[in-house]
Amino acid sequence: MKAPSEPFPVAARRELANAQLRANMRNATETIRTKRNRVVAELDDWEELREAGRAIKADVLARLDHYLVQFEAAVQAGGGQVHWARDAAEANAVVVEVARAHGATEVVKVKSITTDEIELNGALAGAGIHAIETDFAELILQLDGDWSSHILVPAIHRNRTEIRDLFARTIAPGIVSDDPRDLAEAARVYLREKFLGARVGVSGANFGVAETGTICVVESEGNGRMCTTLPPVLVTVMGIEKLVPTFGDLEVFLQLLPRSSTAERMNPYTSLWTGVADGDGPQELHVVLLDNGRTRVLRDDVGRQALHCIRCSACLNVCPVYSRTGGHAYGSVYPGPIGAILTPQLVGIERAASLPFASSLCGACYEVCPVKIDIPRVLLHLRGQAVSKRGSRWEGAAMRLTSWMFASGRRFALAQRIAARAQRPLVRGGLIRRLPPPLAAWTRTRDLKPVATESFRRWWERERS
Amino acid sequence: MRIALFVTCVGDTLFPEAARACVEVLERLGHEVTFPAEQTCCGQMHLNSGYRDEAARLARRFARVFADEELIVAPSSSCVGTVRELYADLLGAPAPVAERVVELSELLVDRLDIEDVGATFPHRVAYHPTCHSLRVTHVGDAPLRLLRRVRGLELLELQDSTECCGFGGTFAVKNADTSTAMLADKCTRIEQSGAEFCTAVDGSCLLQIGGGLSRRRSGVRTAHLAEILAAT
Repeated sequence: MKAPSEPFPVAARRELANAQLRANMRNATETIRTKRNRVVAELDDWEELREAGRAIKADVLARLDHYLVQFEAAVQAGGGQVHWARDAAEANAVVVEVARAHGATEVVKVKSITTDEIELNGALAGAGIHAIETDFAELILQLDGDWSSHILVPAIHRNRTEIRDLFARTIAPGIVSDDPRDLAEAARVYLREKFLGARVGVSGANFGVAETGTICVVESEGNGRMCTTLPPVLVTVMGIEKLVPTFGDLEVFLQLLPRSSTAERMNPYTSLWTGVADGDGPQELHVVLLDNGRTRVLRDDVGRQALHCIRCSACLNVCPVYSRTGGHAYGSVYPGPIGAILTPQLVGIERAASLPFASSLCGACYEVCPVKIDIPRVLLHLRGQAVSKRGSRWEGAAMRLTSWMFASGRRFALAQRIAARAQRPLVRGGLIRRLPPPLAAWTRTRDLKPVATESFRRWWERERS
Repeated sequence: MRIALFVTCVGDTLFPEAARACVEVLERLGHEVTFPAEQTCCGQMHLNSGYRDEAARLARRFARVFADEELIVAPSSSCVGTVRELYADLLGAPAPVAERVVELSELLVDRLDIEDVGATFPHRVAYHPTCHSLRVTHVGDAPLRLLRRVRGLELLELQDSTECCGFGGTFAVKNADTSTAMLADKCTRIEQSGAEFCTAVDGSCLLQIGGGLSRRRSGVRTAHLAEILAAT
């Protein structure tokens, strides 16, 4: 998996400068947020559902070895083939091999972040195979050489005029309307042919049922079902954490996921398949079980809850940071609060050390998470790791100094008096308007209230002792 | 009742007027306020910045300094939240002191069952519910209950009130551009409310909001909830 190529603050600064992007993001996240709140409020057992979701996922992670073997046996019993992939290269090799074996030069794809994570499209292209994204938003990004900025709404940062112009340049020359229906029709005309001609379909998985070997994909457009039913061969790439123990457990997640993600009561297209069936759907099924860093995350008893994630993206939509910077600032296929805790764990904290700090710790993410991932707690945990692996010398010295100062009431009082005196040349009209670096970052856009000339403790001493 | 004041390092150094107001309100209601002089900081800054060892030392120190106090009040939901919700994780075991620390509005409304503290503040006020008061300390609507009973005070609606102001401790400096973008929206909402004052239960958030409002020359001032409750 690709690590961010630059620190979050640098990327965020660039994204924030794009006024169109900021307006697109703000409108889109606000709309989804409002709708989500409405449909969640309809359920009076929402908290119980969240707790059930959390408990099921915690159980899966605690006994993953057992459930994975059970799942493998069930898939095989249904006529499917199971491949174990330690990393992206191994997973990609399986998909390339299957496509080659069937002489495919094109594969049709269901929207899948896991395949983005392993950069499958690039690997296929390297083997001369064109992967066609069939999800409307993914198609837009693919046609434009752009990449996803949201887990669920990958093209959230684009508006329809931008999309019309893109289609006119690519799949629908001459299109003038930017009406969503006309844009969808243009995509439909282009994609139908691809669905009917493809010999191999590729999907991710929202859930895998250990008990039955069933794979579940939820989507809103129906294109996913085309990919999983029309081509004679289907390859599903699934992260090992996507398992649920029993078929019945889907009941919990199929309530939690649509309300949290698209703010729908029920998901429009829920595809479930178990192995292969004679004369119905693909006749050859491959399931690639992907580790790619997940077992390392599993070893961390605080961080592992990031693997509970069901990719609903509710945390993105409520995040005051994400809703302003957009997803690209996170430099990874997993943006937003969940990305800030998942990416550093998957690629190694030293390669994404700025991400756990890309949060004001406001806690809005934890409040909406349908499987109760305590994102602020994991952020603090990862910040600790980031500091011990990649801490700045200057900051470390300042933190040690302040902690030494706070270790004594007298020392703190002395520091207050020194600060009150030292700031004098900087105070104008009762405010500090300019400070040297690193605090210049504050005063560039904000005034600063000066240290009080009489601290509370001095007042207390004077008045009360 | 005897109540120990945990003034917090930010309150002590930057918002002594709010801390004095906190003392005034409690004494006016007939309580005895004490100030353990050895107190300094709860360790929140160190914890939030990833310096867990330093934070743990300050947490143990806090527990020692306040060990004998039966009830501890702080004019900051964020510091209360650190002690009450995060110490257990930081120290590897629940700290007995954690249970006895409350935020000012919580103390008044939930523990002392008082909503009318006898204050008068004839101004238009917008209340910004800080993130930690909502989602860590869970003070609920206690501050609003208190504000509604202040004479002369006109409480105005603040749009998107539950959204973060962008402070976030060192976040405000490390991610200054994002923090500023968040603050700009918060300031706009405050200005649109028509308020003369923006109030909150956390000095640190008021540091951010006040700094933004004053740079924009918006004319809206900030006041800690305690200051409004102390006004007569």
